[in-house]
Amino acid sequence: MAAGPRRRGELEDLLREAAPRVLAAVVRRFGDFADSEDAVQEAMIDAARQWPAQGTPENPTGWLIAVASRRMTDRIRADSARRAREERLAVEPDRGPATAADDTLALIFMCCRPELTQASSVALTLRAVGGLSTAQIAAAFLVPEKTMGRRIARAKQAVAAAAEPFGLPAPAERAARLRPALAVLYLIFNEGYAASEGPDLARAELAAEAIRLTRIARLALPAEPEVGGLLALMLLTDARRAARTDRRGELIPLDRQDRSLWDAAAIAEGGRVLSEAIAAGAVGPYQLQAAIALAHDRARRAEDTDWAEILALYGLLEGVAPGPMVALNRAVATAMVDGPQAGLDLLAEVAPRLEGHHRVHAVRAHLLELAGDGAGAHAEYSRAAELTASLPEQRYLTKRAARLAATRPRL
Amino acid sequence: MKFMLLQHYGRVVGDVPPMTEWDPEDVQAHIDFQLDLNEELRERGELVEAQGLTGPELAKIVLATDGAPLVTDGPFPESKELLAGWRMVDVETEERAIEIAARSSEGPGPNGVPLRQEIEVRQVMGPIER
Repeated sequence: MAAGPRRRGELEDLLREAAPRVLAAVVRRFGDFADSEDAVQEAMIDAARQWPAQGTPENPTGWLIAVASRRMTDRIRADSARRAREERLAVEPDRGPATAADDTLALIFMCCRPELTQASSVALTLRAVGGLSTAQIAAAFLVPEKTMGRRIARAKQAVAAAAEPFGLPAPAERAARLRPALAVLYLIFNEGYAASEGPDLARAELAAEAIRLTRIARLALPAEPEVGGLLALMLLTDARRAARTDRRGELIPLDRQDRSLWDAAAIAEGGRVLSEAIAAGAVGPYQLQAAIALAHDRARRAEDTDWAEILALYGLLEGVAPGPMVALNRAVATAMVDGPQAGLDLLAEVAPRLEGHHRVHAVRAHLLELAGDGAGAHAEYSRAAELTASLPEQRYLTKRAARLAATRPRL
Repeated sequence: MKFMLLQHYGRVVGDVPPMTEWDPEDVQAHIDFQLDLNEELRERGELVEAQGLTGPELAKIVLATDGAPLVTDGPFPESKELLAGWRMVDVETEERAIEIAARSSEGPGPNGVPLRQEIEVRQVMGPIER
């Protein structure tokens, strides 16, 4: 035992960074993902208890692998049916050193198997790869710890049932496996980024965790431009976090944010990551969304926004990933370039595909307001407020509607 | 003791227009009032949770039948009776729960006039009492 006691946060960071490497080593050695994951969690709990008092070992990862492996051996010994497998595994050759990033990515793929629901993949990734405890994940998603425990256990059973050997998927399969994995990382990011009332550190941490895991995935797959695209999108979006809500969690729209609060370093890094991704060829939806985020981030004032560029980017995005939401955003950009009526015309084409979605009404309200139709805008903002499932958004839309009602002559 | 303080849509004294028709300052004052109350209850260690529900437009009523379940879409004629949201508080006495409910009932409406919304106070059943 060497170094003195660490700060609590420092210890937690150390454990979470070590978690995927430890789990990868244990899975590689014993093969059983579900049991290995339990053993690693137990080893991390031991570490969190012992290290502050006894000091951090010189090789924390080695310590954790040793303790988790001992737990696995105990389990296997206790389970005589598994003895034969233990002997077989003991003579299997070492698969050679893999980089830590490859191990982490292999675990992400494992947790994001296409047959799992996204909610299950999110929870399992956070626990197995992110090293968060079940209690932390439950707190972040506002569900009871027992419920989250069961969700994770069922996800682990599904991964075990797939019986996929540990490692990166074959190159031919990689693209198909990458898509759900990136979707899960983006979902984790968005859960963390979504505004919520009051002090809510657990959720803010999710965004940081998603960025950390995506960085590692990019190290392991430098030739996959969409991984860089996703990382850039997260960085360029997260850069606006401080300006996006006020102290009380009330939403502040992009055009009214205090841009001096934006994180210039994150914007610079996001821009660099994005140029590298784009230079690698094969432009995909994450890169295009990142490019749109960058176009907003670059404008020092809302009125400096290059809407023509944004409109062109939405056009490209519709080409590679068509969908009503993209069309909706393109309608907004169209209005900013060619005037509100052009935006409303485009919206009329898209709206039937999104019947009853609050975003259609919010966008129409915004465009009607730009066009000077206060009464129409008021009705649409009110309708959007009725239909949204987000509390901060409902408050925002209600206030926009109220502002228009107040400027209207009273009967 | 845990209590649910339930809020319904229509149960206010007098005729109050929907919030989207209020003056913006009144809307803000109402939101601030609710957030301040949550913060105060959190500070005192009494707030378990505060939740709002999506509106009557999105409500559905589901009934199992011999065949496919019967699903009725909202809004319903009796929408005013629908639950709008709740606070769950963990307090020492029922009196304290009633005090909090009374505070929440006073949330300001148009022109700062208290809404006097009916708050339903229900104790949450717990484990065996000792």
